[in-house]
Amino acid sequence: MFATKSIADDLAGAAPIKGRSLWADARQRFFRNRAAVAGLIVLMLVTAFALIGPFIAPWNNEDIDWNVLGNIIEAGRPSLESGHWFGTDPVGRDLFARTVQGTQISLLVGIVGALISVVVGTLYGAIAGYFGGRIDNVMMRIVDVLMSIPYMFVLILLLVVFGRSLLMLFIGIGLISWLDMARIARGQTLTLKGKAYIEAAVATGVRPFTIILRHIIPNLLGVVIVYATLLVPSMIIYESFISFLGLGVQEPLTSWGALINDGASEMNNGTLWMLLVPLFFFVITLFGFFFVGDGLRDALDPKDR
Amino acid sequence: MALLDVTDLTVSFDTPDGVVKAVNGMNLTLNAGDSLAIVGESGSGKTQLAFAILGLLAKNGTAAGSVRFDGQEILNLPEAKLNAIRANEIAMIFQDPMTSLNPFMRVGDQMAEVLMLHKGTSKRQALDESAKMLDAVRIPDARARLRMYPHEFSGGMRQRIMAAMALLCRPKLLIADEPTTALDVTVQNQIMNLMAEIQRDFGTALILITHDLAIVAGSCLETLVMYGGRVMEIGATDDVFEAPSHPYTLGLLKAVPRLDVPQDKLQTIPGDPPDLTALPPGCPFSPRCPASHEPCLQAMPSLEGFGTGRIRACHAALEAVV
Amino acid sequence: MSAPLLEVQDVSVTFDVARQGSWPWTPPHALQAVKQASIMLEPGQTLGLVGESGSGKSTLARAIVGTVPISTGQVLWRGEDVVGLSAAHQRARGRHVQMVFQDPLDALNPRMTVGQIVAEPLLTHFPDLSKEDIRAKVGGMMERVGLLPALINRYPHEFSGGQCQRIGIARALITGPELLICDEPVSALDVSVQAQVVNLLQDLQRDMGLALLFIAHDLSVVRHISHRIAVMYLGRIVETAAAPELIANPRHPYTKALIASVPIPSPKAERQRHRPVLEGELPSPMAPPSGCVFRTRCPIARASCAETMPAVAVLENDHFVACPYHSEGETPS
Repeated sequence: MFATKSIADDLAGAAPIKGRSLWADARQRFFRNRAAVAGLIVLMLVTAFALIGPFIAPWNNEDIDWNVLGNIIEAGRPSLESGHWFGTDPVGRDLFARTVQGTQISLLVGIVGALISVVVGTLYGAIAGYFGGRIDNVMMRIVDVLMSIPYMFVLILLLVVFGRSLLMLFIGIGLISWLDMARIARGQTLTLKGKAYIEAAVATGVRPFTIILRHIIPNLLGVVIVYATLLVPSMIIYESFISFLGLGVQEPLTSWGALINDGASEMNNGTLWMLLVPLFFFVITLFGFFFVGDGLRDALDPKDR
Repeated sequence: MALLDVTDLTVSFDTPDGVVKAVNGMNLTLNAGDSLAIVGESGSGKTQLAFAILGLLAKNGTAAGSVRFDGQEILNLPEAKLNAIRANEIAMIFQDPMTSLNPFMRVGDQMAEVLMLHKGTSKRQALDESAKMLDAVRIPDARARLRMYPHEFSGGMRQRIMAAMALLCRPKLLIADEPTTALDVTVQNQIMNLMAEIQRDFGTALILITHDLAIVAGSCLETLVMYGGRVMEIGATDDVFEAPSHPYTLGLLKAVPRLDVPQDKLQTIPGDPPDLTALPPGCPFSPRCPASHEPCLQAMPSLEGFGTGRIRACHAALEAVV
Repeated sequence: MSAPLLEVQDVSVTFDVARQGSWPWTPPHALQAVKQASIMLEPGQTLGLVGESGSGKSTLARAIVGTVPISTGQVLWRGEDVVGLSAAHQRARGRHVQMVFQDPLDALNPRMTVGQIVAEPLLTHFPDLSKEDIRAKVGGMMERVGLLPALINRYPHEFSGGQCQRIGIARALITGPELLICDEPVSALDVSVQAQVVNLLQDLQRDMGLALLFIAHDLSVVRHISHRIAVMYLGRIVETAAAPELIANPRHPYTKALIASVPIPSPKAERQRHRPVLEGELPSPMAPPSGCVFRTRCPIARASCAETMPAVAVLENDHFVACPYHSEGETPS
């Protein structure tokens, strides 16, 4: 009876109409951003490469091509005839197959690290921020303590003591990746806590954990997602750095960092493709993530609302 | 000659959703020393009107038409010339004083800077003058206050400082945009009294931009009512309040509860304030207007004079507005 | 005589404010936001609570709802003290006492649809309701507050301020509460929309037998909607009386000044009024004046006012005033 005439006219007797959520708005803004879409396409291609690669590679990543061994510079260069599309590594293994395998590991490390940080960090930060007071104090001091540990040193120690394995790598990265996220989530929660809709829920008698799950987390997600997309590349960089030091995944498994390390050590022998191929994938993926992260930030920016 | 003469002013903004007209065909005149209230709700374009006069529009905004101040065309002047006019001839007071005071500078230095820049006075003289002006806006212990930072003042005090700063160069016109909206009612009373004193003592013309009809009643000689970027009516404040000539003005007056007269039930204006991105083709008020009929939906009524110096824009007959 | 719906007796609320640059273990400042406030509310009545910003009116409301802890005093709900109830009991009380907030958009979760928002109190207090029942109730309530039920799947940002306030009201009323606390429900709305919301609240009150605690700084609106009015200043209730009585016959110097400060939208009436200006501003609640808190701005203050907090005098017609010199004029002797 009070609704504006225009809406009333539109709707006379209509069935419930679908609203446009903020997510839908953000999606529209994201897809209007060309750089972000290009980044997304690159990431999709890299992922497709990692997933489909093993089925189309003519060589296995563990097999050594005895024909090229001893004459890597000539016979091992990238060529379509020999089936070594990206060439071979110093010991004659197919670089295409190795890159596919390295891409899998690197992406996995990045995504698992980001996932742990999103799940653990967001919940941890939201709980600390929402309850506040002493709980907040204790929880955040724990984060401070963990942060003040030189994590790279600890990670290296872990890998040395417990042996180099993929699991150890995940544990190591998981231990540190959520700390920043927890701080960000807590800060955001503190601002959200001042919103009247949280107060309304409290006054209504909604349980604290329901409030966190229903009201806090969905409103944190925008910031969290942006930060997570930017976290994936930094996780990839950590892993590469560790692999570059020779402490990452164990042969015959490999990763971008390990491949770049191998390639770099052969730089003076005229086999530059060993460095350039993994480096290319490494760089375009990072750029992809950065562009997508930027695009997401613009799309989800609350100022634009 | 009028001090300020605005003719056919149109302000439009280029937005992702298309061109939005915030002010449409605005006409107004203001004589030296007079006071005019511009009343409107959100989306009426009242603030953009002031910004256009002062050349403060956002980057995506354009103003067309004519604004003559003291006989000189000032619309779309180059920034350098505008700067000389702003503060010197026309000054503005904003709703939130904190946005226009630098939090890292002493109040005295900020005030002195204005004088040194526009009048070329020495720092010592400028500070003396600033202290006098703070005194004039009834800030106790003005000398000592010059050395304080903006955050050390209360909201009402900051608004007084803004007024003092605006008056430093003795402008001919003061534009106050919602100067009391953020203040408590007892402090609002103080500031409105101050505005009246400023007018009396300095002979400054005043444009008061507000959404609050009640503060207009006791403060301005003339009232202009805006809706959806258009003028609804202009007239002497007494006439506009006693015998509104536009259904919108009438509706507004009946929708506000009055402390002195008890009402049984408030009369309402149905619907919501206008969405500037989707204005109807005719009169912007037509979707909410009780007197709306066919011509209102077709075309915007023209501004027509009647009575003693009153102007209205409405297709409905004057007698029909009661 | 049965107990009133709500009785607030001598309630004080103190906040801890950390000292600047202190160690974590130094005791914080105590900010007394509400001091010994007492109000009473009968079913179906409206009590208006006026005061300027910082007067503690919102804090008092939150103390009644239970979102702010009470330091001393009692809140009696139908004669039963609810201070110190267990968390679960406090939550269960949410069914009977609901709130409407100032900024309508801020009060609605932007990630939820209108239907989800309005249904939340139902889900909380009646978890056994079927989906169809909830849908029907939400649709009915939306219609009741003047929104088309077809808009149920829309999001808050797709509505205007006035419509958002209606959604907030629908959410507050869906569990059929007996008391609705409105914290500045119209002050963020446009003038032409304010009247719609005020009328809606009055209609709902009449139809549902609601009691309203209406908090606002705008005395005109409070006077229009309230049966009784309580005036707050710096955490104290300085005067309480029936609405017409309070406006026509104010006794506390602050109430007088407040009424004089309210502008009236009529140039004629404005010219005829005597409007003395109340000088100064609200003192800091961190360091309130001794004795009567209003004495620093009071036109009739005298030395004795600085000594003790004035006792509440009971006048005829249920008129309470916290000023010993309430019967004197404005000129100090």
